[in-house]
Amino acid sequence: MSDNKLKIGRRSVLKTGALVGSALATPMFFSNIANAYTNEPKGKAVTLGFNVPQTGAYADEGADELRAFQLAVEHINGEGDGGMLNTFSSSELKGNGINGKKVEFVTGDTQTKSDAARASAKRMIEKDGAVMITGGSSSGVAIAVQGLCQEAGVIFMAGLTHSNDTTGKDRRANGFRHFFNTEMTGAALAPVLKNAFGEERRAYHLTADYTWGWSQEGSIEKYTKNFGWETVDAVRTPLGAGDFSQYITPILNSGADVLILNHYGKDMVNSLTQAVQFGLRDKQVNGKDFQIVVPLFSRLMAQGAGDAIKGIYGSTNWNWSLKDEGSKAFVKSFGSKYGFPPSQAAHTCYCQTILYADAAQRAGTFRPSELGAALEGFKFDGLGNGPMEYRASDHQCFKDVLVVQGKEKPDSKFDLLEVVEVTPRSQVEYDDKILGGELGPYNDGA
Amino acid sequence: MDVILLQLLNGLDKGGAYALIALGLTLVFGTLGIVNFAHGVLFMLGAFCAVTFNKILQLGIEKPVADTGFGFTPPPEVMPYVKIWFGETWGDFIISSSVPLSILLTVPFMLLAGIVIERGLIRFFYKRTHAAQILVTFGLAIVLQEIVKHYYGANPIPQTAPDGFSGSVNIGAFLGISDTLVYPWWRLVYFGFAIIVISAVFAFLQFTTYGMVVRAGMNDRETVGLLGINIERRFTVVFGIAAVVAGLAGAMYTPTLPPDYRMGMDFLVLSFVVVVVGGMGSLSGAVLSGFLLGIMQSFTAVSSYALLVFPNASEEVRQGAFFKLLDFVDTWILFPGIDQIIIYLVAVFILLTLPRGLMGRAGVMED
Repeated sequence: MSDNKLKIGRRSVLKTGALVGSALATPMFFSNIANAYTNEPKGKAVTLGFNVPQTGAYADEGADELRAFQLAVEHINGEGDGGMLNTFSSSELKGNGINGKKVEFVTGDTQTKSDAARASAKRMIEKDGAVMITGGSSSGVAIAVQGLCQEAGVIFMAGLTHSNDTTGKDRRANGFRHFFNTEMTGAALAPVLKNAFGEERRAYHLTADYTWGWSQEGSIEKYTKNFGWETVDAVRTPLGAGDFSQYITPILNSGADVLILNHYGKDMVNSLTQAVQFGLRDKQVNGKDFQIVVPLFSRLMAQGAGDAIKGIYGSTNWNWSLKDEGSKAFVKSFGSKYGFPPSQAAHTCYCQTILYADAAQRAGTFRPSELGAALEGFKFDGLGNGPMEYRASDHQCFKDVLVVQGKEKPDSKFDLLEVVEVTPRSQVEYDDKILGGELGPYNDGA
Repeated sequence: MDVILLQLLNGLDKGGAYALIALGLTLVFGTLGIVNFAHGVLFMLGAFCAVTFNKILQLGIEKPVADTGFGFTPPPEVMPYVKIWFGETWGDFIISSSVPLSILLTVPFMLLAGIVIERGLIRFFYKRTHAAQILVTFGLAIVLQEIVKHYYGANPIPQTAPDGFSGSVNIGAFLGISDTLVYPWWRLVYFGFAIIVISAVFAFLQFTTYGMVVRAGMNDRETVGLLGINIERRFTVVFGIAAVVAGLAGAMYTPTLPPDYRMGMDFLVLSFVVVVVGGMGSLSGAVLSGFLLGIMQSFTAVSSYALLVFPNASEEVRQGAFFKLLDFVDTWILFPGIDQIIIYLVAVFILLTLPRGLMGRAGVMED
């Protein structure tokens, strides 16, 4: 009998305890791995990373983006007048942060350089624990940072990036773009140019020598050749060249009667001002008045260029003079805080922050794959530009596109652009396959 | 022909800026033996003298602005004192002329800045190695840049040319050559201004007793000292003059290129190449190579000479030797971006063939 007696010793208790403990802990351990994602917020706050150009050719846009981000954070946290949260078609955000967590932010300077932008984004992800990166005013930077965010497993809500490649050949599952692109600019602007300047024009392109410039040049060529515009020459200029005079003087004798300035920010201000100084707009070539076109326009650039922008055509993602309820709410909120109206860069960055917060709230998590799924195919309204949709296949937001012209007689120092046409979304939509690229799978990181 | 003249003019006005910066740079090197990496920042400081002067002219009485009708009130507008004192027309004229008028501020400020920098920092590094001089002046440049950035921000601040000089002039019609030779007024003014400043510096060194002593000091500092002349004090003034020249170049350049805190560094690298190509310590070499490299840069920015010379070339013209030559140049020499590197390519070539530069003297920087 004594042999059959169950013997419970100290060692066997410890062994059994360890085994049972391990067995119980194992599923939890694995499920934690399965559930983890990069910079999952554990405390009462969630950190967003605002990566904007604070120096360099696009510093004006960067400063305005930062203002918009700060305003968006205030509104998400329930401070201020709520801005476009009051007009946004989704009412998930209640002014108590995102998923009950107060929104905090860190900032970085992209310097309008891809390597610097990646370094500052990396710092915000690895050191500051940013769960999302947004901002930027250059497509080169956007594509570089989007790639980094994909590798790191965080969402990238692109700021001002207009190259087709961002949601074309370089698209990534973790990246989303609210801003329009050069394909949409070409489709919207070309018919207006045809009506204003006629057919059979000879165009000379000055193009910023990086992804956005090439993309813009290609789109304008593609859509204007349909009505007989030919390209006399397309000259690539370095980003931040400053003095463009040596590129402008050859235009005077090239036989071109239209100059397309595929420049943005400080470059556009300098090249347009210098083109006007060289008397291009006073010229007659081929029996026609010489014209200048700036495909991508912004109010900030118009302010920098002064009188040179009068009568110049271009396109813009958004303008502060729009009369829809969302735009009015945003302009009032931004203007009251800063004393001047927001730029299109500020608008897109504000929208991106709100859209990210709303998607996280709807998904109930900050996990990139679930949050991204909430954004894919999301239809919304009340953020300016009328009804919009985040297309699932390429993460490009589609909306109406504004064609604008520099005002001849501005009412105020901010009232510089006149909306001459609102091109409907259906006219600027395209098959995502024409731009190439694959989104690939989401990366949740960790 | 118009193409050639336009690119030449463009090269000359660009070269004017290079020459002015390089002149001061080589003057400091020739007298004090200092490799001054802060010299580009002096160009930037001059540009910000123009910005500051414009801001001073804009000071006035604030008047409220009407609501925009968009739910916010913009900051009040300012009625400048100059308009109140001199009336609207004269006030506008004075404000629009702020860039040339800013010379009144630029000259004393830059002279003072130059003397303070030389006495306060540079003089302690006369007998140190060139590496130490480069490090300390580069450090000074960064400090000065950051100070300007702190007060004026990182963004370029556009300045306008005076009303009568903001447009362009049809030089071709004026000379009776053609109707397409059009060039901006202010760039012509800048070129003329560069010539005047360069001539003034040369005249000062060549025709005044002060300049003669400085030149003697550049050749043999020790002997001049033995004659009882305090050459150090004169060299301090030379440093101040170099700062004034750079500052004036920067101030007058602002309508052409809106200044930002980094503009000096952009010009500094080019100017060092200009000095090296011209010959270290050679004033005339610096001026010559400044204009030469400006012209080279301008001519290589053209993407196609065949297109410009023969805009609508017939097949017969295309078969001609001249067209083929231009086509060869377009295809094999004018690759995109060559204007950005041509200065460095020329520098390499000159240094390989003429190690002392175009007009360098024996014994300078050869120890």
